[in-house]
Amino acid sequence: MTEFSEKILLPFIINLHRIDVYEEHGGYQALRKAVKMKPENVTDEVKKSNLKGRGGGCFPTGLKWTFMPKDSIKPKYLCANGDEGEPGTFKDRQIFELNPHLFIEGCLIAAYAMGVQTIYVYIRGEYTKWINLLQKAIDDAYARNYIGKNILGTNFSAEMYIFKGAGAYICGEESSLMNSIEGDRGYPRVKPPFPAQNGLWGCPTTINNIETLSNVPLIINRGWEWYSKIGAPRHPGTLLFGISGHVNKPGVYELPTGVLLTDLIYKYAGGVSGNKKIKAVIPGGSSTMWLRGEEIESVRMDADSLKAIGTSIGTGGVIIMDEDTDVLKVLARITHFYHHESCGQCTPCREGCGWMEKILKRFLAGEGTMKDIDLLLSVANNIEGNTVCALGDAAAWPVQSVIKKFREEFEKRVRESPIEKKYVAPPHLVTD
Amino acid sequence: MLTQENLNKIQTLKKQFPDTKSLTIPALHIAQEQYGWISEETMKEVAKVLNVPENHVIGVASFYTMFNKKPVGKYHIQLCTNVSCQLLGAEKISEYICKKLNIKVGETTHDNKFTVSEVECLGSCGTAPMMQVNNDYHENLTPEKIDKLLTELK
Repeated sequence: MTEFSEKILLPFIINLHRIDVYEEHGGYQALRKAVKMKPENVTDEVKKSNLKGRGGGCFPTGLKWTFMPKDSIKPKYLCANGDEGEPGTFKDRQIFELNPHLFIEGCLIAAYAMGVQTIYVYIRGEYTKWINLLQKAIDDAYARNYIGKNILGTNFSAEMYIFKGAGAYICGEESSLMNSIEGDRGYPRVKPPFPAQNGLWGCPTTINNIETLSNVPLIINRGWEWYSKIGAPRHPGTLLFGISGHVNKPGVYELPTGVLLTDLIYKYAGGVSGNKKIKAVIPGGSSTMWLRGEEIESVRMDADSLKAIGTSIGTGGVIIMDEDTDVLKVLARITHFYHHESCGQCTPCREGCGWMEKILKRFLAGEGTMKDIDLLLSVANNIEGNTVCALGDAAAWPVQSVIKKFREEFEKRVRESPIEKKYVAPPHLVTD
Repeated sequence: MLTQENLNKIQTLKKQFPDTKSLTIPALHIAQEQYGWISEETMKEVAKVLNVPENHVIGVASFYTMFNKKPVGKYHIQLCTNVSCQLLGAEKISEYICKKLNIKVGETTHDNKFTVSEVECLGSCGTAPMMQVNNDYHENLTPEKIDKLLTELK
């Protein structure tokens, strides 16, 4: 299932980021083809290809597009999500740098299919270099009439703007992203209504990840049948796997879905630094459930395979921790991240993330107790599912999985604690 | 006061959105480029330029971490300490920089040249540990690289 070795998103072509080179290699032919098709047929191709969202949700892209009303008196919008804030994820910047026109072409085909007139590309504000690279590509595409009025001599017109974020992980959540574009704090919205009905300024809106949109020209060019046969059948295509942490060759590797996790680590990323054993793996960005080193044998990297073992593909950001890693310290750092990035709207997340961080810091200080392990789990369980957006879940999952898989680390910490802790009641509970 | 050039910049962005409130974040970015940070005065100025309530701009500016609500040095060093960087020694890098500049995280050197902050993931996990100095990324950090960089920054 994983013999496919072609790089389709990031092929090794020198200067592919330049529009002339991109055109020489068949660039913008998919757009030419698409604008001659009926918009619903374009959507249908994407639907049949079984392309799934690459931002972590794995939602079928074609299906998402069909949610957009066909006839709307209101303008329609497409937001390309390049917030890329999930720790362990650094793939979209590769597209902006190495193959920006593929992404732009994908946006335009999507816009044509859904009848969208305005495309916003939301990019995290820290990516100055990549914002400039993409802006150059957009300008070049405008100059050749791939973007703008009457694209390629048709009635189809679309504008494309970059919106620079300002440092908020939550803005990668689609409804926060829209609030951010509208000029507000990035608070997630309650769903329903869903963006396709009530998105930007109350108008029909679709939000797709950068990598997702970059797959679209390939599907249009080479057909859904070809695409649907790459990698894992129910989650086809290639993924830009970002691998980081304790490996010899960290980086982004484009590989078909369903690749063995061990191949990704040992064959592509050069194995673990210092030939050490693996203690833990985070398979798809900091929000996903951890795996123990002993569990990774024969694990395949696609949505279904990872779901079957209780975790998820997320953004494809794989983080490797070697045998000497202090997992509690790492978990405390991740939990600090969610505490810092919680928008503050929902109480379970705003307060709960802070409590989890506090408890974890107690363990690091040697002050954790056996009871604290269950307290920590109970806080996590009470955040999960009780918030407007998935940030709460994302904060709870790593904690739940580390307690489940590395409980002995917590217990060891308590046993080896230098301080014999006696229970001291807080002042307001002292009755005397 | 925002320069005429910057006011024009804000003006040209207007065509991208159906209403001016959407210019809040872009205008704050432009203002920060000019002033180096966002004071309450600046927030009020932006509100006036966009004709939106002052408390709206204050609310937005305080929500987003990229807007510096305190003055920063000429070079703002933002060191990622999130998981991938942590695994590859971000903590030591942070200590090294602070020791070298003789300040703590969050502080600015006396000559107003450097401010050191620890920040969340900057999307450079494959080239960890890393930091951002003003707009530029510096990746695969080592003490030698930091020595070289800090002497180059005049």
